[in-house]
Amino acid sequence: MTIDEADARHHLCGALREHAEYVADRWVHLQKERAALDAGLTEAQLREEADVLVEQLSSGLHGDLAADRLVTAHAGLRQAVIELSLRRARGGAAPSATALAVLALKEALLEAVQLGTSDAASLYSAALLINRVLDAAGALSFATYVEGREEIIRRQSRQLLEVSTPVVQLWDRVLAVPLVGTLDTSRTQVVMENLLGAIESSEAQVTIIDITGVPTVDTAVAHHLMQTVNAVRLMGADCFISGIRPPIAQTIAQLGIDLSAIVTRATLSDALGAAIALIASPVSRTIPVAAR
Amino acid sequence: MSDPANSGVPILRLGDVLVTGLLDELDDKAAMAFTEELTQRIVADRATGVLIDISRLELVDSFVARILMELATTTRLLGARVIVAGMRPAVAITLVELGLGLPGVATAVNAEQGMAVLGWQRHPGSQAAGREAAHAPWR
Repeated sequence: MTIDEADARHHLCGALREHAEYVADRWVHLQKERAALDAGLTEAQLREEADVLVEQLSSGLHGDLAADRLVTAHAGLRQAVIELSLRRARGGAAPSATALAVLALKEALLEAVQLGTSDAASLYSAALLINRVLDAAGALSFATYVEGREEIIRRQSRQLLEVSTPVVQLWDRVLAVPLVGTLDTSRTQVVMENLLGAIESSEAQVTIIDITGVPTVDTAVAHHLMQTVNAVRLMGADCFISGIRPPIAQTIAQLGIDLSAIVTRATLSDALGAAIALIASPVSRTIPVAAR
Repeated sequence: MSDPANSGVPILRLGDVLVTGLLDELDDKAAMAFTEELTQRIVADRATGVLIDISRLELVDSFVARILMELATTTRLLGARVIVAGMRPAVAITLVELGLGLPGVATAVNAEQGMAVLGWQRHPGSQAAGREAAHAPWR
């Protein structure tokens, strides 16, 4: 630590101690002015946030951690910055609001130092010090913000996966899965798990996979469908596929995909009719034979 | 009857249907003995159907899968049919992912439905009485 920096740090500590209230006030005011309230934070919340951060900053500056590592190395300060950023990420604030929050703190701090001294040299070194400390905070808050947003995206895609593959009971011992969207490996896995679990618990004899909502059927999708059908047959139930629209039927024919081992119908109601007929038929009903 | 092969797996006779089940502990040797014992019993008991319950199998490897497929073929040659009942979802998924579709093996969701396929009907007093005509338990 150079003499200059030690000096500046001393100044800054003093300013923070004497004008903690002022810094917090200014910071809240600046953020309000610059649209941080879009994030759905009330003034009281901002104020609370400010008090915590100012206190942690003060305690960090009193320690002997180097200025550029202060934010990452001081546990309390690090936590305060992370919380500030996460709160904005979850609240749906723009990235600029999060960046502004840290920048506004710089300004508030410098104003507080200005209250104590007007000496240009010490103001300059104080500004340098504030920059060095808070640039790290800026970087950390941005990283946290992005991480928070990505967490939201991950959670949403997981939820989408769950809600997009419901298994419904259509009739006594008849289950249906209306598929919406493309069928990739991970969705096939989810569909299979849901469907097979439902077969086990409801003792279904026929399941219908409705692909009305599947935009295209290529070889990969067909392969996944066949896998699901085979798994259903291994469980001892039969599996129909319905909702094959004319263009899709054409594509399947053109690609030479062999779905001849599967009962297919144009509409879900046709498939349900076939399923009911199958269940109602006497003992000699065609039993599922896996992968004929 | 004389019983040279003994796998330790119980095989019950209900009319003309043999009922048995597989457990996880089945090793290769016991599985071979089981196949042998079962085929002998089909002939000795003049069975027309065999129900194998595998609801206790948490894991089906390629060996067990082959045993099941061979059993289906052997049994068909002897004039009876095999129903494999009660496969667990996880087992079905694993088999499909391994590309083992058990071709030629007939399946049923549970033992009850397997027995229905083999000609057994639920008694009129039971839940499903209205759906199917009252029927003697075996043909």
